[in-house]
Amino acid sequence: MTMTRFAIPIAVFVALLALLGVGLKLDPREVPSPLIGKPAPHFELPQLHETSKTFTERDMRGKVWVLNVWASWCVSCREEHPVLLDLAASGAVPVYGLNYKDRREDGLKWLKGMGDPYKLSIFDFDGRVGIDYGVYGVPETYVIDKAGVIRYKRIGPLTPQIVKEKVLPLVRDLERA
Amino acid sequence: MPRLPALLLFAFLAAPVAAKEAVPAAADPVLEKRVIALSEELRCLVCQNQTLAESNAPLAEDLRNQVREKMRAGKSEREVVEFLVERYGDFVLYRPPLKATTILLWFGPFLLLALGFAVLLRRVRRRRQGTDAEINDADRKRAAELLAGSEPR
Repeated sequence: MTMTRFAIPIAVFVALLALLGVGLKLDPREVPSPLIGKPAPHFELPQLHETSKTFTERDMRGKVWVLNVWASWCVSCREEHPVLLDLAASGAVPVYGLNYKDRREDGLKWLKGMGDPYKLSIFDFDGRVGIDYGVYGVPETYVIDKAGVIRYKRIGPLTPQIVKEKVLPLVRDLERA
Repeated sequence: MPRLPALLLFAFLAAPVAAKEAVPAAADPVLEKRVIALSEELRCLVCQNQTLAESNAPLAEDLRNQVREKMRAGKSEREVVEFLVERYGDFVLYRPPLKATTILLWFGPFLLLALGFAVLLRRVRRRRQGTDAEINDADRKRAAELLAGSEPR
């Protein structure tokens, strides 16, 4: 009798503890993106280095590529930057940048000082394209396939581990397709 | 005396001016009301426990501007909400839609309440049955002694 009497509350308590434990591990900032599996929203924006030229996601049809949203005012971007430089240097996948709600001079200075991992960056001064891509926490990274469909989105900085375990295997799979 | 009528005239002219409320920032107060009403239903993604209406985050401001622009272009509340859900997911809604992934969210509390009642009912019932059965003759005798005031040492 006494065994079952305590067993049930203890079981309930342990279950609750486990539930809360899982809850602690979840990041409420990681909102599942509804954009995964959908075509990348259309944009046509001036390039950061040469504002007279534009770039659109349509230029990338037939290629697997990575779009990284960054800004010079973004603190975690600094943390992420070496990871992007490594990814770009590996030549595994072309990386394009979207300079989000930044001042052009600041963006250019940032790339000059820290190195430029991007084939090119586009300049989204008013953040409209950012909204179309559901950006809310810079940096964000998208992997887009040959058909122009978003296959992966990372909110927050890329880490070497994420690149190795998520991004690169996905890129390899998409390249084969 | 021409001064008094003139003064009165000014007083009457001034009255409606003074009664007017502060001019709203937006050109169209009806539109602005709709924008605010809808923004109160939407979650700001940067500061997640604030609504889009009350947040000062730059993104919230941008999103409010988008809402305003879309409404000005004649879009309905529903179309604007769809626009945001397409980009940010159901998470932007303070009242999430009822679907397979949100069933637990909607009915979980009621489930817990029902479970609580079931446990309570069971315990009460068991206790009632238990107390009647456990009294025996020895207990009755002891009770009689206690009532008589002769506590056995």
